[in-house]
Amino acid sequence: MNVLPLGLHIPEPQPCFGRADVSGSHLSDAGRVPRPAVDVEAREIRHLAYDLIRVLDGDGRAVGPWSGACTADQLRSGLRAMLKTRAYDARMTMMQRQRKTSFYMQCTGEEAIACGSLTALQAGDMNFPTYRQQGLLIAQDWPVVDMMCQVLSNEKDRMKGRQLPVFYSAREAGFFSISGNLATQYVQAVGWAMASAMRGEGRVAAAWIGEGATAENDFHAALVFASVYRPPVILNVVNNQWAISTAQSVAGGEGATFAARALGYGIPALRVDGNDYLAVHAAACWAVERARRNFGPTLIEWVTYRAAPHSTSDDPSKYRAQEDQAAWPLGDPIERLKDHLIGRGAWSEPRHVQLKAELDEEIAVAAKEAQSYGTLMEGTKCSPASMFDDVYKQMPTHLREQRQELGF
Amino acid sequence: MPSLTMIEAVRDAMDVMMARDDRVVAFGQDVGRFGGVFRCTDGLQGKYGASRCFDTPISESGIVGIAVGMGAYGLRPVAEIQFADYMYPAYDQIVSEAARLRFRSAGEFSAPIVVRMPCGGGIFGAQTHSQSPEALFTHVAGLKTVIPSNPYDAKGLLIAAIEDDDPVVFLEPKRIYNGPFDGHHDRPIVPWSKHELSETPQGHYTVPIGEAVVRREGSEVSVLAYGTMVHVAEAARRSVGIDAEIIDLRSLVPLDIDTIVRSVTKTGRCLIVHEATRTSGFGAELSALVQERCFYHLETPVVRVTGWDTPYPHAQEWDYFPGPNRVGRALMRLMEA
Repeated sequence: MNVLPLGLHIPEPQPCFGRADVSGSHLSDAGRVPRPAVDVEAREIRHLAYDLIRVLDGDGRAVGPWSGACTADQLRSGLRAMLKTRAYDARMTMMQRQRKTSFYMQCTGEEAIACGSLTALQAGDMNFPTYRQQGLLIAQDWPVVDMMCQVLSNEKDRMKGRQLPVFYSAREAGFFSISGNLATQYVQAVGWAMASAMRGEGRVAAAWIGEGATAENDFHAALVFASVYRPPVILNVVNNQWAISTAQSVAGGEGATFAARALGYGIPALRVDGNDYLAVHAAACWAVERARRNFGPTLIEWVTYRAAPHSTSDDPSKYRAQEDQAAWPLGDPIERLKDHLIGRGAWSEPRHVQLKAELDEEIAVAAKEAQSYGTLMEGTKCSPASMFDDVYKQMPTHLREQRQELGF
Repeated sequence: MPSLTMIEAVRDAMDVMMARDDRVVAFGQDVGRFGGVFRCTDGLQGKYGASRCFDTPISESGIVGIAVGMGAYGLRPVAEIQFADYMYPAYDQIVSEAARLRFRSAGEFSAPIVVRMPCGGGIFGAQTHSQSPEALFTHVAGLKTVIPSNPYDAKGLLIAAIEDDDPVVFLEPKRIYNGPFDGHHDRPIVPWSKHELSETPQGHYTVPIGEAVVRREGSEVSVLAYGTMVHVAEAARRSVGIDAEIIDLRSLVPLDIDTIVRSVTKTGRCLIVHEATRTSGFGAELSALVQERCFYHLETPVVRVTGWDTPYPHAQEWDYFPGPNRVGRALMRLMEA
């Protein structure tokens, strides 16, 4: 018997649109992927898990069945949200470099996904975000000073200096408390949506995860529970190609798309150009409508690229080539929406430059205000006595004693 | 007052709370239609409907994860892990999420959940049906850990746990589900109906979390125990004829340190008994606390009788389980010292 020697396959570190596209998933042309009815069965749209829903073509025109009917005002508002998110990220990164805080994480290149998805949700719905969906807050004009105070861990930090920067919590904004433990929120979102269904209250949950964290057990748990109980949840997978230094191929992206994960659970899946604001908006609206009308969960893989370092503690040049990013074929979400609006006659270069300057100024003013309440290294912080609060609803005796031991 | 078993008391607690508060929901593996492998949820699905009491996939992380999400929504989930030995896949959700949600969100979100899990040995359950993992919960800030020793407490503590706004790990010693077990495995099983603490009021009442109870007053030595070991300690005391004061802790976190200190200050001796393995077990925390607070009243070193530092064996069950002989010998040693 002629047997080949065994050998372990270790995936090459390449993104799915890198030098070689080994996932078998190709760039679909804009407008080519059909838009099914929201009550479609998962098995009827299996191919959507391997295609790519895109609306904006190479010339910035909106084409095809997902092009929808966004008004120019809605799109300008989306553009503003994305620009503001990017300006916020830039300013906070600078403040980390100035040692005003310990840590920061940008979402550069991924702004369309959070900002565009948010437009599909209503007050009362709940996002279960990761640390890279700050656009969910900024797109609803949540006060950036409040976000900054959290990053700076100052006296106005509503998290009272307990959490790592960017781990926001904003219940009023439908933004669930961020945890450092990856994937845990994915199954919690399913539980939250189950509760909504049990109460018959029509609120939907949006779960968020990166492609790297889909390898965690809770990703599987979430899909099983979503499959069994069919609660109103949108299962978002942001495939930005990189989990710190690890390419999506090592997360299991080589043999199948992340959208295709849903098929085995009987959950309808979409695979969407995450840098196409119009496609994001349309796909999110489709999934939310499905959920709201009790047709159950949808998984959406957003294909995008993590343009920035993983965090301020990361140096991507150590593990990925500049050419990889340059070769990224889906471009920049802000530039693409800008070009579309200009093509529609609803925007212009000078207005864009002016808006960007206004937002930079707005963020700078906010940053100044936030710093006036203190920074991690200087100024006032929440009292150490507050460290013992909220461990339990009422402080038990042993914590009271420990607080006294600390001198409070 | 009706006489209930631990199983009936646990079920009655959920029944009372599901009737009082439509936010209370119960779920876990085999919990719904079948009524639980230990019958603790028997009849609840029929009475309250499948959306209040239902079966889940075999996924402990999923079970606790959805409970956290439901709690954040505003429900009062009572999740069951079929055996405490199988809580490990859920440990991330319990420790990283349920326990810390209130703290990390500065009170914006919380996890008012109960995670029930049958625990403890004495049933030939071997490695994965006998464990007592309470120390893995008591070490976690933000969790409350409760373990009843009789039907009256089981019902009152579970109702208190469901009403509590903090996450509660509710450990149910399965060896005493059907009757009090004093460690004399060679004697006939005694049913709960012969025990005064099976007298369980109908309807709503609570046993406060954080309050120990002195089961038997004594003057010579204080015995700190919980769960099955309360009964073992009582049998051991009787057999050696020592006037021991037996304290049923009931709640490990928060701990009723005042009751412990009062007792050890009076007796000058302290014996700690638990089924769980010794090293870094909850007994170590109890011993340290007694040492810190009662040092000048102690006439002898604090003694621990616990499970050995081995995985729980099958054939060697009665050499592993800290039965009345071992506890009795420890009591005598303490009195000789």
